[in-house]
Amino acid sequence: MGLRVCNMRQCYVMAAILRYGSYVPFYRLDRARLAGSGQGERSVASFDEDATSLAVEAGREAMRGCDQVPSSLLFASTSHPYAEKLNAAAVHAALDLPAAVRCLDIGSTARSGLSALALGAEVASRAPALVCAADVVIGAPSGPRESSGGDAACCFLIGDGPEAGAEILSTASHTEELLDVWRGPEQPFARQWEERFAEQRLVPALSAVFDRCLKDAGLVAGDLARVAVDTAHPRIAVSLARKFRLAPEQVGDSLAHFVGRAGTANAGLLLADLLDSASAGDRLAVLSAADGAEAMIVKATDRIHEIRPQRSVADWVASKRGGLPYERYLKWREILPFEPPRRPDPPRPAAPPMQRSERWKYAFVGSRCRSCGAVNLPPQQVCVQCGAVDQMDSVPFADETARIATYTIDHLAYSMQKPVIAAVVDFDVGGRFACELADVAPESVQIGQELEMTFRRLYTSEGVRNYFWKARPRR
Amino acid sequence: MASRGIRDQVAIVGMGCTRFGEHWDRGASDLLVEAALGACGSAGVEKEAIDAYWMGTLTSGRSGLILSEPLKTGYRPITRVENFCATGSEALRNAAYAVACGAYDLVMAIGVEKLKDSGYSGLASAAGTPTDGTQSSMTAPATFSLLAPAYSQKYGLDEATMRQVLTRIACKNHANGARNPKAQFQRAVPPEKIESAPKVAGMLGVFDCSGVSDGAAAAILCRAEDAHKYTNAPLFIKALSFIAGPADGAKRQDYDYTTFPEVVASATDAYQQAGVRDAREEISLAEVHDCFTPTELVLMEDLGFSQRGSAWQDTLGGRFEIGGPQPVNPDGGLKSFGHPIGASGLRMMYEMWLQFRGEAGERQVDSPRLGLTHNLGGAPGRCVSFVSVVGVN
Repeated sequence: MGLRVCNMRQCYVMAAILRYGSYVPFYRLDRARLAGSGQGERSVASFDEDATSLAVEAGREAMRGCDQVPSSLLFASTSHPYAEKLNAAAVHAALDLPAAVRCLDIGSTARSGLSALALGAEVASRAPALVCAADVVIGAPSGPRESSGGDAACCFLIGDGPEAGAEILSTASHTEELLDVWRGPEQPFARQWEERFAEQRLVPALSAVFDRCLKDAGLVAGDLARVAVDTAHPRIAVSLARKFRLAPEQVGDSLAHFVGRAGTANAGLLLADLLDSASAGDRLAVLSAADGAEAMIVKATDRIHEIRPQRSVADWVASKRGGLPYERYLKWREILPFEPPRRPDPPRPAAPPMQRSERWKYAFVGSRCRSCGAVNLPPQQVCVQCGAVDQMDSVPFADETARIATYTIDHLAYSMQKPVIAAVVDFDVGGRFACELADVAPESVQIGQELEMTFRRLYTSEGVRNYFWKARPRR
Repeated sequence: MASRGIRDQVAIVGMGCTRFGEHWDRGASDLLVEAALGACGSAGVEKEAIDAYWMGTLTSGRSGLILSEPLKTGYRPITRVENFCATGSEALRNAAYAVACGAYDLVMAIGVEKLKDSGYSGLASAAGTPTDGTQSSMTAPATFSLLAPAYSQKYGLDEATMRQVLTRIACKNHANGARNPKAQFQRAVPPEKIESAPKVAGMLGVFDCSGVSDGAAAAILCRAEDAHKYTNAPLFIKALSFIAGPADGAKRQDYDYTTFPEVVASATDAYQQAGVRDAREEISLAEVHDCFTPTELVLMEDLGFSQRGSAWQDTLGGRFEIGGPQPVNPDGGLKSFGHPIGASGLRMMYEMWLQFRGEAGERQVDSPRLGLTHNLGGAPGRCVSFVSVVGVN
């Protein structure tokens, strides 16, 4: 498998997409409610989500049931939660990957999502690469970016092998020093130059990469089943389609209306959406324009149906709670201050205990007693059921389903979004755990309700992002 | 497990208790001094007569120095004790053992908590042990609120009936507190007010929760044979039981949130020590840990005062009211006193002290035979429990 490509006088084997996954958070903000107005809605990460937790959710979708181990993990984002500290390490820990996986954060431009994927494709000619992209896109209140942005994540396992669902036929990149979108570390919101300038500069850049990609793949634009263009300016996509004489059914951004442009994750999310509905043999192009351009052409194999994740992009888009109050959105993004309850601030988690319990805290790995079979959550040395000592096997619980044994609505607990809904959760395979519920309205909670686990940022204390798991109603 | 107890070996011969409430103008030291000297006055001794101290507090300081420094106890042994919300009772238990074994002749158990300096709502202690950040964020009212729907479901109560039961408990304890000059809240509260209060957690409103207050209480103990040197009406310890459970309620699917197994274990142990066969018949009055209204409901069954599934009927029938067959929390309970953690267990014992000496005034229970105090720390499925039985022979 894998296509032999000759380019720049050297030949190498192009990699393929072995698995992929996507994630769109539960909440939506109606653009009509924003001061700048607009149509449709944008996706909004909950108060307990950030780019890392989004990437974990997409990564879980991609890697569920997969026995391939990547040799590297690239995590692209323009909203990495830590400016200094490897953000990919938390994703790596949550996916319970071996320590030898090389992890890298990539960022600073929306294009880096697709660039990371192309880079992953080059790296993966030797060993599989896991490429995640996730963003929580924040714009200044009432500005165009707030309205057009979205929060989402995607993840691709790139490698080589007969089980691949899509071959990567070609990639191309084009960089320009160009003032289009910019934000310094001291600025909370990105700024944007005028759209007509960006169009004048980025359409040629996109054309250049598209041309090269088509040529390297031995195709013409008409051979493509679908073309997705990731850009901050809708007119750029229109110009490009006109220039390449793309038919209306070839082009489309199905997500701008429902999700918004999700930063680094957007190009991959568009690609995932195309893969979700592609037929074997379909050739798909995805292009991304920011600080230049990036392009990739893939071809779905006859295994495409087998590598699809449990939930498609369309599933995530459809699973939502709309009508988020704008004031709540501004608090979640810490644009409006939040009045803490008269309770102690949550303590900063400490480094040594976090490291000791890494597989529990990040990957939700519990234990099961070899003597009596009882599940022990969190992992115990002495069995909670039979008292056997040191008879535990590690067992992952992140993908286990559970039900609400009992719950309560806690108006007093410290949380950015009160009230906290706390539940005692019984796993279908045995074991019990008490935790917070995520993505749930107090009036909709019921004993017996089916739940799944989700990776969240519980709180931030002294700059330390405290990640752990919550349960949410099945999406 | 052997638990032989120290039945009738130790007596309480003096007690002191501050008023509980918002003591903005007094610190933990002031409260400790008042309770300690009150107890000494009650026993008719100078503080120099006390050989050793057991001092309980959860948040108001560490080590014996927080008592020795303000009270000027000189060079004496002071042990700081902590066991969650049962801290005050734990100070008493350890002090009692010290005289029972003959190590000292006269000792003091004292407990204090200065909660109102924190500025927090509810019970909240500052960060302690460093953690991995995965611990449950549930507050105390949230964890105890789980009892109400679980009990209702198990015994077929509709929500209105459960509400009525919880309201009755709150009304009773506030009515008792209204007759107690030491209580934080000394006013009866009408049912409508209880039921329309803002929600704190689950179905629990503000009036289903104990208050937040400051307070201190102290007891002086000696061997039973010496008791009459100090008072003609000593209170004898019949049983002391303390149980720390396995904390597995949130780990095992078979725990159903309608009982505290730790309370059942400590009550069973205490009754065995005291020779109590039928708690419903033999316990004349009880001070129990009514941190939240459903806690008291469940405790009535765990302590054996009511059959399983019938405490709600006993409650509505008035069984636990002053004048009823088995008064519970005649002093007003945590509901009326608030819950200054280190002090509460000793405050419960202070009511026994008054009741058995006939000094409880308007709250006086007729000729009590045996009294019980019950102190709980933690949450349903993860707690410690203390039970004492006392009497006057």
